[in-house]
Formats: sequence, C-alpha cells, structure tokens
Amino acid sequence: MSRRQIELEVLRYNPETDTEPHFQRYSVSCEDEWVVLDALNHIKETIDPTLSYRWSCHMAVCGSCGMMVNGEPKLSCKAFLRNYEGVIRVEPLAHFPIQRDLVTVIDDFVTKLRQVKPYLIPKQEKTLAAGEYLQTPAELKKYKQYTLCINCMLCYAACPEYGLVPKFIGPAAISLAHRYNQDSRDGGREARQQEIAKNEGVWECSFVGACSEVCPEHVDPAGALQQVKIQSTVDWYQEHLMPWKTK
Amino acid sequence: MEDQMSSKPYIREVPRYSWFLRQPRYMRYMLREVTCIFIGAYAVFLLVALRRLSEGREAWESFVQMLTGPASLVFHLIVLAFALYHTTSWFNVTPKAMPIQAGEDFVPGAVIVGAHYAVWLAVSVVLLFLAGVF
Repeated sequence: MSRRQIELEVLRYNPETDTEPHFQRYSVSCEDEWVVLDALNHIKETIDPTLSYRWSCHMAVCGSCGMMVNGEPKLSCKAFLRNYEGVIRVEPLAHFPIQRDLVTVIDDFVTKLRQVKPYLIPKQEKTLAAGEYLQTPAELKKYKQYTLCINCMLCYAACPEYGLVPKFIGPAAISLAHRYNQDSRDGGREARQQEIAKNEGVWECSFVGACSEVCPEHVDPAGALQQVKIQSTVDWYQEHLMPWKTK
Repeated sequence: MEDQMSSKPYIREVPRYSWFLRQPRYMRYMLREVTCIFIGAYAVFLLVALRRLSEGREAWESFVQMLTGPASLVFHLIVLAFALYHTTSWFNVTPKAMPIQAGEDFVPGAVIVGAHYAVWLAVSVVLLFLAGVF
C-alpha cells in the first residue's frame, strides 16, 4: 500500500483561550484511499488529541462531518485526499458560528427545520385498523429525490444568501417542506406555506444555485426552491384574482 | 451546561461587498444578474427609438443614420453578448423550476431546455419575417 506525506492546515478555535481562530499545520502520512476524515482521525489519535470535529458513520449517510475543504463545503468522509494537491485547508462549515475547532453551532438550522414541519400531516387521519396510506409509484417519484436530504448543511455553507441574511430559512429546510407538500398523502401545505412563502422563506433565495452544486446526495435544493416560488406565486394570483377558489 | 457549551462561539463575518469574489460560481451568478442592466439599457434604447419615430421623418432618419456609426455597432455587440448569456443561462435552469412528470418518470431536462431553444428560434424567424428579412 502506497503512503504519501500530506500537509493539512486546520482552523483551530478554543473558546476558553482564543479570541479568534488560527490555522494549525499538521503533516500526515496517509494512504491512497484515505479521505480528509481519515487524516483528521489520524491526527487526533497520534498527533493532537485536542482537535475537535463531528463525525459518525464515515459513509456519507449521517451528515455529521461537513466542513470546508479548500473553501468548498464537503462531507469530509467523501473528500479523497488524492484529489487534492499541495496543502489542504480544512475549516468549519461556513456561515455557522464556530463552537470549537471544526465544530459549528447548528441551533439555527435545527430551529428552522422544526419551523417548516418536515413530517407527514395526513389529509385525513385514519385509524390503525383502516390500513396504510396508499400511494402509486408515480406519486412516490414526485418527491423521492427530496427525501434523500441528510441534513448535512453543506447547502447552507454554500449559500451566499444565508451568509448575508441569516434569517433566511435556507435550502435544506425549504426543500424538506417541499418534499412533504409534494406528497399525495399530505395535507399540511397551508401550515408550511405560512413559514416558507414569507420574505425570509423562499423569497430570500436569488437562485445562485450553489446549494445544488455542493449537495452530496443530489437533492437539488435550488430546484425545490424555484418550484416553491412558482407555486407560491400561483397561490397569490388565485387569492387575489379568483377569491372564490380559495376557501 | 448549555451555557457553558455555547460560551463564546466565534462568528465569521461575510464581507458585504466582496463576497462574490470568493468563488467562481458566485462570480458566474453575479455575471448572470448583471446581464439585466444591459437588457434594461436596450429597453431604454428602444423607447428612445419610438420617441424619435413619433417626432417625425427627419428625427427618425437622423436616428437611423446614427445607428450605422461605430459607437452604435459596439453598443449592439456588447448588448447582444449579454443578452445571449442572459437567455442561455436562464433557459438552462428551466428544468429545475419546471420539471414535468409524464406518467411515472420525469421528462429529461434536455427536452425542456431544447423546447425553449426551439420556441426561441421559431419566434426569431417570425420576427425576422415580419421585419422583411426574408
């Protein structure tokens, strides 16, 4: 197995002693199939046990290990070292406050996610005895892509709007609202529209499209947000031009 | 415990006026947005043309004369370049905003984009016909 020496520059921040973050350089002997997360684990185990970062599954499923690798939001478990040349810069996800080293404060995202009610609100409650809520394959396919979101927040780190206007509900939360709005079994659209059709909802999006470019699961949040814009516009016209159509 | 955990999170400020210089994709986005200035400028130019037309034959003819000059040629070439970038960049993202599900599957994005180009071509041909080019 071939080994290679790489240089990693990691942003460090200790809230107890530092006034601002600084880069620390580590030299790591890595194997060809290593990802950035492997290098961080190697540093923590053999060089510097004080380095803090989040991770769990190491297989692009849990969404915990998102960080900036050379300025690009990446899942560090999916960012192969062999694809980088020279010194690799690792920073915490952009647009989120830094808790410590590569660990960010994600409360804002979690609050927004809760706000958009990302769960099925059945059109008609059925008793358990009445059986399942059935759906055709076409109805499933309509929203399937949006179910793949792993809440890794790379889209928030890529979105310049979220960086400039932090009250923006943001790509992942609105995409998940859209996922349930598109579901034939769901009846919660009106409640979700209260949150996502307002200014700091979908209208803060100016379609930079960066969210879809960095999404590791190909959810295409930018697409979801444009569709929400169109549907919200149709709602507005219906309400004002055809008031008899709205309840 | 919670207070201790969130004792002093560090907030990285986003530069208000230079954020788009940080990433090529942000630059591409800004370029797309900037095209609207040129589209708007050409709309103003068309209004000026209408005004000249309403002022009578002499005003119109001197306006047409001005159009043949090098400044007008440069202006038109620049606006054309931005208008093409504006049009293609928006056409290319239409499948995201308007996906079409036919039966179970979604219509391929290339078909939706292609349809936009086809309609564009057809409308252009009709306009050129009305303008007496053919």
